[in-house]
Amino acid sequence: MSGWRILQALFARELRLVLRGGHLMPVLAFVFICVILMPFGLGPELSLLQRLAPGLLWVIMLMAVLLSLDRMFQADFEDGGLDQLMLLPVALEGVIMAKISAHFVGILMPVLATMPLAGLLLNIRADTVMPMLATLLAGAPALVMLGAIGAALAVGVRRAGLLTVLIVTPLYVPVIVFGAGALARAMAAPGTLDVAAIAVLGLISAASIFLAPPAIAAALRAGLR
Amino acid sequence: MLERLENLSALYANPHRFMKLAARLHAPVWSVALVVLALGLFMVSGVPDDYQQGATVRIMFVHVPAAWMALFAYSFIFFASLVAVVLRHPLGYLAARAAAPVGAVFTLVALVTGALWGQPMWGTWWVWDARLTSVLVLLFIYLGYIALWEAIDDYGRAARATSILAFVGFVNVPIVKFSVDWWNTLHQPASVSRFARPALHADFLYPLLVMGVAFLFLFLAITLTRLQMEVLRQRLRVRQSEI
Repeated sequence: MSGWRILQALFARELRLVLRGGHLMPVLAFVFICVILMPFGLGPELSLLQRLAPGLLWVIMLMAVLLSLDRMFQADFEDGGLDQLMLLPVALEGVIMAKISAHFVGILMPVLATMPLAGLLLNIRADTVMPMLATLLAGAPALVMLGAIGAALAVGVRRAGLLTVLIVTPLYVPVIVFGAGALARAMAAPGTLDVAAIAVLGLISAASIFLAPPAIAAALRAGLR
Repeated sequence: MLERLENLSALYANPHRFMKLAARLHAPVWSVALVVLALGLFMVSGVPDDYQQGATVRIMFVHVPAAWMALFAYSFIFFASLVAVVLRHPLGYLAARAAAPVGAVFTLVALVTGALWGQPMWGTWWVWDARLTSVLVLLFIYLGYIALWEAIDDYGRAARATSILAFVGFVNVPIVKFSVDWWNTLHQPASVSRFARPALHADFLYPLLVMGVAFLFLFLAITLTRLQMEVLRQRLRVRQSEI
């Protein structure tokens, strides 16, 4: 079997595991609970919620990614599957990308798809939905890749949830600064798309897609020896 | 050339030899640190009051060197991890682990003195501008690094994982340094590193540089002492596992 076929089979398996494993529901529930709690905390004044909605949804998506990181490597580490994946005749970086892609498609894309609906609950302005989705889409790969670095570093540590969050949050700050900046510019000029800022966000995502896998592979090898 | 470097570094890879060297360096480094610190504080006490800021400008002589050391300590961790991974020098991991809490404390001192200075100067304890945010992020990188060392039980695994984290987190250091140039916000941009004509008057520049050197030697002294402690702790770990 060629390397590419192995990776395709791996991606299909991971996707099936994600979809059957019931990992999506808790994350979606978390997103909606956060969205529902916001008006309680901020007050139900619609104009305020409208101003804050895109930024709030960015932070909620970031926290949803943090929440889902647990399942990336931990289960496979515990039952020995990770050792087997590292022994495959394909590069470990390829295996990692297959896993992360399945995670992204299975969990994050549904979350992104529900963002407009969540925005509706926060009275988001209709012409800010597209810019918000564009920035979220441009920034989501970076969030997943950087999160995977943290998940790989903490693999095998018992109750690693808080440790992963502590490691990953400093890496997220540049992404969220650019994302929020792009969003703010989009809100200031409604109906337009701030291509420059989204391009920077896309650049960070692309860079993380290329630079994170070797770091993740090194972290997994360090954790499994 | 890499082989030559490896042979050179192998010289002090033996903990016994290193401890003998460290014992000889211990007193001189601490003496220099304390003497230069005393000199620096003396010079600071003689600094004239700023016409705008009054006497509170003296916070600068603690705040700025602390910030310099916060960045220097992380670079130290980065290079120590590099030496450990590339040259396979065992003390590299221990040096990085030794320097981490020191760097974290310098970062905290920079943030707190900055807040104390910012309140009379800008009217606010904290603001989310580029430099303050990235230094706060630096503090969390230190805390994450220390937490990772503590979380993993096996020393070898912890050493390798934390070195990876050190490399990944190093991206933040140029961001902190240049953030004030890229995003022109509240914090003042660089005044000292313009070598041709630093924007600071000599009355303020020289005490600042002396305090900078004092903090550097303080960092080196504390890290050296902690490194000796880490070697002893490693010895203890080995003995305990032999029982």
